Amino acid sequence: MSETADRVKKIVVEHLGVEADKVTEDASFIDDLGADSLDIVELVMAFEEEFGVEIPDDAAEKITTVKDAITYIDEHKG
Amino acid sequence: MRRVVVTGLGLVTPLGADVETSWNNIIAAKSGAGPITRFDASNQKCRIACEVKPADHEYGFDASKRVDHKIQRQVDPFIVYGIDAAGQAIEDAGLTEMSEEERLRAGCSIGAGIGGLPGIESESIVLHEKGPGRVSPHFVHGRLINLISGQVSIKYGLMGPNHAVVTACSTGAHSIGDAARMIALDDADVMLAGGAEGAICPLGIAGFAQARALSTAFNDTPEKASRPYDKDRDGFVMGEGAGVVVLEEYEHAKARGAKIYAEVIGYGLSGDAYHVTAPHPEGSGAFRSMQMAVKKSGLDLSDIDYINAHGTSTPLGDELELGAVRRLFGNNIANLSMSSTKSAIGHLLGGAGAVESIFCILALRDQIVPPTLNLDNPSEGCAGVDLVPHTAKKRQVRAVLNNSFGFGGTNASLVMKAV
Repeated sequence: MSETADRVKKIVVEHLGVEADKVTEDASFIDDLGADSLDIVELVMAFEEEFGVEIPDDAAEKITTVKDAITYIDEHKG
Repeated sequence: MRRVVVTGLGLVTPLGADVETSWNNIIAAKSGAGPITRFDASNQKCRIACEVKPADHEYGFDASKRVDHKIQRQVDPFIVYGIDAAGQAIEDAGLTEMSEEERLRAGCSIGAGIGGLPGIESESIVLHEKGPGRVSPHFVHGRLINLISGQVSIKYGLMGPNHAVVTACSTGAHSIGDAARMIALDDADVMLAGGAEGAICPLGIAGFAQARALSTAFNDTPEKASRPYDKDRDGFVMGEGAGVVVLEEYEHAKARGAKIYAEVIGYGLSGDAYHVTAPHPEGSGAFRSMQMAVKKSGLDLSDIDYINAHGTSTPLGDELELGAVRRLFGNNIANLSMSSTKSAIGHLLGGAGAVESIFCILALRDQIVPPTLNLDNPSEGCAGVDLVPHTAKKRQVRAVLNNSFGFGGTNASLVMKAV
């Protein structure tokens, strides 16, 4: 597992209060992890803080799974 | 009018995370006061408070018992306390498994005086330091006062009236009184009613201290600071927590064989129309509020055995309230007991009226009245009134009166008795 994946999963566990083993790369924030649209806004903010990336709203809308987040961050972090 | 009874109780206080622990500690004359631990208060004029204790404390509060981890992160402490106290109350009443039909007739009236001040303070700093793009998307609904009622209604599927009173330190009493009227007027059969507060943060303490409302002379002896009616009192000690009751239409409660703690028989409300923070110099608002509650109850003044006073330990307020009680009750004052439990748990602001109403109900149940701590040298105006100094007192308690008065000159009184 990549370092990015580890840090993303840690943030998801902390923010959504879900068990770590449920946060698989295929997990959907809304369908599998009980998030609502505002939770995703908050998660995206936390990713921006953690990785020093900017995630514009149109990109954020496309992040629906844990893997989407990891991929976006790996492609954009400095 | 339909009769309204109390069938469930829930408390989160500086002396316990449930009803029995809080009450036992109140009766044992314990104090919930101590140095402020939530933040560094070393530069504050007031450095003490009655904090709800952490989960590892002997009578600490474990938020995870009834509040989801995610919600705990998103909302201010007053909402967490309120959800927990409401959960206790609905569990106590045995109403967690209501049918959809019943839930359509069950609502919430749980308010707060100040609401999410700690979160407003901390998020303002985020805005200032990091910009608007870092403000939490949960900021607004994690701070709004009606969000205890909102959260509780979602958790238990309560689709009846959803209401939240905001009348400063009268909130808890108004919440119960208003909700009782909703049941009496057939808007609902069951209401979760009460109040909560969690405003122990730098801005909250500084604001009340600057308004000259807080005690500042007892920073080294916090347990001595809240001393209603005592000559050396110098302001209130801020408390936090929540009190919620289940109110239920009497026939509804009887039909399901519910345990009935008390009946809400009188509710009075008034405005001082005088000053934003100072009470009316003749206590006229307090007098009229109590008078209305007693009149509505249909009781004689001589039937009321216990008054849980507003009694915040401020130099002005305590004696004005006592003067109003003296004028209303006349000679009957010699036979009643009146105490301020704020001496033990501090002033819970929007939670006070609900928490203290629960103490009144427990006084009815156990035939014992809680003490006024630290009443070493009563003020001159206190002669001839049993203020229950230092220790609880076993006595007959047939009916009780609870007073709550708030900034803005808003007053509420409730009268209850056993069924």
